[in-house]
Amino acid sequence: METGALGKVYQDGEIIVRQGEVGNAMYVIQAGKAEVVEEVNGKSVPLAVLGENDFFGEMALFENQVRSATVRALGAVRVLTVDKKTLLRRIQQDPTLAFRMLEHLCRRVRKLDTELGRIKTAQ
Amino acid sequence: MRRLRGVNSGSWLTNVSAVLSRLPSTFIRSWSPESDLSRQLFPEAENGNGKLKLENGSRIGVIGSGPAGSFFSHFLLDMTRRFGVDVGLDLYDPRDFAVIGPTGCNMCGGIISESLVQMLAAEGINLPTTVVQRGIDSYMLHTDMGSVRIDTPLHEKRIAAIHRGTGPRDIDAKDIKWFSFDRFLQELAVDKGARLVRDRVDTISWQDGRPRIKTRRGLEQDYDLLAVAVGVNSPSLKLFQDAIPQYQAPQSTKTFICEYKLGPETLEKYLGDSMHVFLLNLPRLEFAAIIPKGEYATLCLLGEDIDKPLIKSFLESPLVRKCLPPEVPPEPPPCHCSPRINTYGAVQPFGDRVVFIGDSGVTRLFKDGIGAAYRTAKAAAETAVFAGISREDFRAHYWPKCREIDVDNKIGKAIFALTRIWQKRPHDLRGIVLMVAKEQADKKRAPHMSMVLWDLFTGSATYREILWRALHPGFLSRLVWNVIVGHVSLIRGKLP
Repeated sequence: METGALGKVYQDGEIIVRQGEVGNAMYVIQAGKAEVVEEVNGKSVPLAVLGENDFFGEMALFENQVRSATVRALGAVRVLTVDKKTLLRRIQQDPTLAFRMLEHLCRRVRKLDTELGRIKTAQ
Repeated sequence: MRRLRGVNSGSWLTNVSAVLSRLPSTFIRSWSPESDLSRQLFPEAENGNGKLKLENGSRIGVIGSGPAGSFFSHFLLDMTRRFGVDVGLDLYDPRDFAVIGPTGCNMCGGIISESLVQMLAAEGINLPTTVVQRGIDSYMLHTDMGSVRIDTPLHEKRIAAIHRGTGPRDIDAKDIKWFSFDRFLQELAVDKGARLVRDRVDTISWQDGRPRIKTRRGLEQDYDLLAVAVGVNSPSLKLFQDAIPQYQAPQSTKTFICEYKLGPETLEKYLGDSMHVFLLNLPRLEFAAIIPKGEYATLCLLGEDIDKPLIKSFLESPLVRKCLPPEVPPEPPPCHCSPRINTYGAVQPFGDRVVFIGDSGVTRLFKDGIGAAYRTAKAAAETAVFAGISREDFRAHYWPKCREIDVDNKIGKAIFALTRIWQKRPHDLRGIVLMVAKEQADKKRAPHMSMVLWDLFTGSATYREILWRALHPGFLSRLVWNVIVGHVSLIRGKLP
């Protein structure tokens, strides 16, 4: 790890967040890649691959639900943890801090819409 | 339209008077053009000169491209884009942060707090390894009664040690591996559309109610809004004091910062990834720290007018000597400076079409100056985009954020006064060191004292939060117990 590297390094395959666990932080990828998988009937279904500057785990900040998917390192990945309490307190003081998260969530809804449309068309 | 809209409120008020004459007398008594009720009903009429707003074609001048100026430019341009308003922004700074030595340096300890690193990541601003020289994962607290290590709560590197400029005056050009932090922020602003003007503003006047600036090279420009981010060490601050009579510059005190060239191996051996903090019983010294970076270690002394005898006493202290290699002499190295830092915030750091941000306005006491620059710059940008640019707009939306920091600094002063009392009472100080050592050794213990000291030294929490945490009954009872143990052990001559 370089001296100026912030965050924590996870090695290939290491789990960063686990589906079903209670989350109290969001994560921002600083370097490397991570894979999002959903465990369905004992099988791992890959949902997405995240790269530098992507974030994950933000759903746990806004709803009191357990993690909806597992995120694990795809090769060595360096991730910065953003505390739930710190972030929510700052969003309360400065709501514009949530702009980027909303943008990210909008992109995700748009992507899901496209995916749903594709599935329905195929059916 | 390339100008701000000035709406004359007179016609509104005439109509309002006609309507009010038919309303019950109790309502009428609560009405006046200056009342809260009138402001809520007719926001357009809240300023006697008409509502001042940014609109398409407005021109904004930002004086100073340190963190406050660059953050303001970045966020204002980001918000106007989201808001659908097209403005032009000129960012003035004669300095080139790519230049080695004092010319391209902003004279600062160079620590980005844990909370700011997280907020920037949430904003999409991730600090690259080409800017961050070292990730800090712990603090070493050195007192006359012992030293103790405090690890970051998540065992993760979330504090960034940076150089504001390209590097100290004695750095070899071939050793430059890191970019200046201020240059990184400047580039963020330029990427958003700011126009960087490398020129010094040396005259400010008013033309038809708009600020006009004139630069050393003779450029003359009128602006709809002027953001002042020149810090407290710039002679330019005097210009604004003269041009804006209601503004009173912040009160400040002298500090001391120097850079020791140690090399990566020596830094690893003596300092590691820890920031070393000193609470020594030296008069007028509030706080001292040695911060490891890439090739250098930065030494910062904060207190009341740090002078040569105080610097000498500190550098000769055995505790400080232990943190530096024996060949380093106990005297300031070639690259050292005595910048001023704020002790009291500015009075009325805003006016019609002008706002003071960062150190020129209000900043945090002793800690997290870059974090305060981010907060005040963003609050000013939000006010300008979403509320308006009149004095009343800044008073209503920007000033509360500054006042929050100002009030917090008052609590900070009380906490530092208390710390100084502890520094002079070795038996009590021993109790604090014991308490932290026990918490760090047994991770099942609630880290009451570790968290209080962590937040106090890192600037990660407000002084108000630190005070509340220190008033927790669990904290107080353990503190009293450890102080008693500290006293008994010292009397018996045994150190647990």
